[in-house]
Amino acid sequence: MQLAVWTYEGPPHVGAMRIATAMEGLHYVLHAPQGDTYADLLFTMIERRAKRPPVTYTTFQARDLGGDTAELFKNAAREAFERFRPQAMIVGASCTAELIQDDPGGLAKALALPIPVIPLELPSYQKKENWGAAETFYQLVRALAGPHAPPPGTRRSPGPVCNILGPTALGFRHRDDLAEITGLLGRMGVRINVAAPLGATPHDLTRLGEADFNVVLYPEIAGQAAAWLGRTFGQKATKTIPIGSNATREFIAEVAALAGLDAAPILAAETSRAAWYARSVDSNYLTGKRVFVFGDASHAIAAARMAAEEIGFTIVGLGTYSREYARDVRDAAKSHGIEALVTEDYLEVEAAIQGLQVELILGTQMERHIAKRLGIPCAVISSPVHVQDYPARYSPQMGFEGANVLFDTWVHPLMMGLEEHLLGMFREDFEFHGEAAPSHLGGAVTERQATAVVVAGPATWATEAEKELGKIPFFVRGKARRNTERYASERGIGTITIETLYDAKAHFAR
Amino acid sequence: MSAALLAPPAKDIGCAEAPVLRERGQREVFCGLTGIIWLHRKIQDAFFLIVGSRTCAHLMQSAAGVMIFAEPRFATAIIDERDLAGLADANEELDRVVAQLLSRRPDIKLLFLVGSCPSEVIKLDLSRAAQRLNVTHAPGVRVLNYSGSGIETTFTQGEDACLAALVPEMRPAATRSLLVVGALAEVVEDQLRRLFEALGIGPVTFLPPRRAADLPGVGPNTRMLLAQPFLAETARLLEARGAQRLAAPFPLGAEGTTAWLQAAATAWGVDPTLFRSVTAAGEARAAVALARHRDQLAGKRIFFFPDSQLEIPLARFLARELGMVPVEVGTPYLHRQHLAEELALLPAGTRLSEGQHVDRQLDRCREARPDLVVCGLGLANPLEAEGFATKWSIELVFTPIQGYDQAGDLAELFARPLVRRTRLMV
Repeated sequence: MQLAVWTYEGPPHVGAMRIATAMEGLHYVLHAPQGDTYADLLFTMIERRAKRPPVTYTTFQARDLGGDTAELFKNAAREAFERFRPQAMIVGASCTAELIQDDPGGLAKALALPIPVIPLELPSYQKKENWGAAETFYQLVRALAGPHAPPPGTRRSPGPVCNILGPTALGFRHRDDLAEITGLLGRMGVRINVAAPLGATPHDLTRLGEADFNVVLYPEIAGQAAAWLGRTFGQKATKTIPIGSNATREFIAEVAALAGLDAAPILAAETSRAAWYARSVDSNYLTGKRVFVFGDASHAIAAARMAAEEIGFTIVGLGTYSREYARDVRDAAKSHGIEALVTEDYLEVEAAIQGLQVELILGTQMERHIAKRLGIPCAVISSPVHVQDYPARYSPQMGFEGANVLFDTWVHPLMMGLEEHLLGMFREDFEFHGEAAPSHLGGAVTERQATAVVVAGPATWATEAEKELGKIPFFVRGKARRNTERYASERGIGTITIETLYDAKAHFAR
Repeated sequence: MSAALLAPPAKDIGCAEAPVLRERGQREVFCGLTGIIWLHRKIQDAFFLIVGSRTCAHLMQSAAGVMIFAEPRFATAIIDERDLAGLADANEELDRVVAQLLSRRPDIKLLFLVGSCPSEVIKLDLSRAAQRLNVTHAPGVRVLNYSGSGIETTFTQGEDACLAALVPEMRPAATRSLLVVGALAEVVEDQLRRLFEALGIGPVTFLPPRRAADLPGVGPNTRMLLAQPFLAETARLLEARGAQRLAAPFPLGAEGTTAWLQAAATAWGVDPTLFRSVTAAGEARAAVALARHRDQLAGKRIFFFPDSQLEIPLARFLARELGMVPVEVGTPYLHRQHLAEELALLPAGTRLSEGQHVDRQLDRCREARPDLVVCGLGLANPLEAEGFATKWSIELVFTPIQGYDQAGDLAELFARPLVRRTRLMV
């Protein structure tokens, strides 16, 4: 049993719903008690979809448990088929129905419906949302594309036709990423055979084998299916997640190699405004800002890379809640010279952030809450999502336009460059002081707090030194205090003066 | 459109004897766990620990955008595979989680263990767990339990189950008092308190109280007024403790509020002249506030999907005070006795439905083409996309709507989606 205040991921059947809702012509019959229909609002309210998710819930109640819940399931499945006439159906159980062991797969088979019915086994007490989405997509691909597999040993000639795999409903900017990557592949001269699951029909999935290779946008969701397609149809798959200008360039090179094309012309033709903005003199002030990154594995790794390579931030923390991809995140963290944080406990994430003098958080909606409480600027880079993560405007994360979006999104919460300098110069000013919010973000100007004399550890702060400490920007003040106290105690200094403060500053200068 | 739907209601009959369409099928309603969203704000030193699955935890954070409370006074003990292997283990695990929680939150005085679908199905006995934990954590913390599971409760029934769990905790009281039952916004509670005081009715106590220690007493001289229509079990237990329910419509709208107060006034033998003088001012203010919305709402046809059990009192208010025409009033559960006064006031010819088969109900809704649909969050945007104006029903549970001074606000909640449509030109 695990104590949870918030969860980063929903149960696995919500992952299955994300696949079903992304697709057209597919229906999901879910054996579930009253109340599990809450999941509909994820799609209709948070993502603001105009249609109900294609899910029929059996809605069993306590009084049914002694009776025939199996019959209830069969009726619901039969009725759903007659009403919605889907091309294919997936059937399964939510956490409670899993306990009553009615075997939805077997029951649905007994109905002998004239369409493919794919049973899902999603262990709710073991697995989570992304796993559920990946498993569902894999089962669908296997069941629908499988019958069209060529005999073993069939050779495949490289050609410029691919599938795009991974975008779902309720994904973090999946809709816009799909549009961006579709455009990029088009400009490269690569034809798209099927993009799935978003917008695909079960019939489309039967044609997956007709592509030469697969573009995997979200390995958490499409990795398993892509591996099976690789084994069954000999289709290679892309490994690069095209988030950031550099990764996008690598992605182009990778696709070109798989498609047998020359990457040079497209690499020469495509430009990124974000890359130029980062080089522009105005961005100097971004250098070395301390950034904490947390999210699903793909987004976290990609964000950390872009933050370090393309903006010049320092990555002080990198973590994920995707245990399945913990190894990848650990490797990425190592490349930034830090240890990865792999946890599903948001209180642990909060503690890590508090200990690191973070100047910017790139995280999920959970970290946005942590950031709000700690007064740290934050941008959201990954699920879990909120209604604000479905902007009306086009806002991809992938490709060159995605890099532009990320540059703006991450820099916007920070104090502007010149403003930060003015703050440094006029720290005594009643408006420009360490506690003031960035001027372009509104919010009331906070009054300066009178600094109390603090007696800390073995060394005592002289009033003047304490006042001087107050002039140091708030996000590094804690560190400055600790460093100075350490410096003083190591040298047996009893009273910290202004001189001690600046001696310590020189000593610890990066 | 069927002719029956267009027939003018025969006002003198009401719906007291009306047939009810009972349906089974997919229900687009929350389970009782959702009640925790308002109950944890209402009882300020209580904590709600759901013993359930990841689904329960996910529901709580998705259902009402409750992530605005950074560390709320509720959490989920998520059952995992190891707990399912053996029940003894699950009990030990629960004790460990509770100890962990209480060490983090020393401010908690009352802890509810809240049962869920999975905990009910595996028959994890939370009442025994509560007894055991009471021994461990007494006297600082009182541990109670109730079920908010979807297999047993629908949305607001979670509040009923929670309040029912509090009834055995109420001390016996011999003196004559008025007990108002059902969570109300504090502003509403204060207004009602002032009205009862002016009428000379008292002492007045409220269930649930704002703090666990202020739990009211109950006994044979307790007279209770239900402030909410979904409290069947709580009322039954209070009656078993000797309390007498004062039958009344619910305090929605001016008419409902007056009738509700009248029930208490009659029991207390309040002088009719005094009653008129106390209620007249509130009625007059409500009338002014309602008049502002009547033009917008009068004659408009309204369709209720089942949600909070508030549907019948709301339909009565909208029909009688604003001239709206209820087409279908769906409710998850219809308590004939508690709603007898309401049903008598509802225009005859209104279709009543209980339970739900959501696809069939959507068919009826599309056929009836109402001007306004009251429904849950899962249905609202899809219906808007089909061209219907909707009012999300959950707002009716989270907004202060009872009493004279909220009647205008309540009307405005229904008028706003219609007004919005007249403004938008996209």
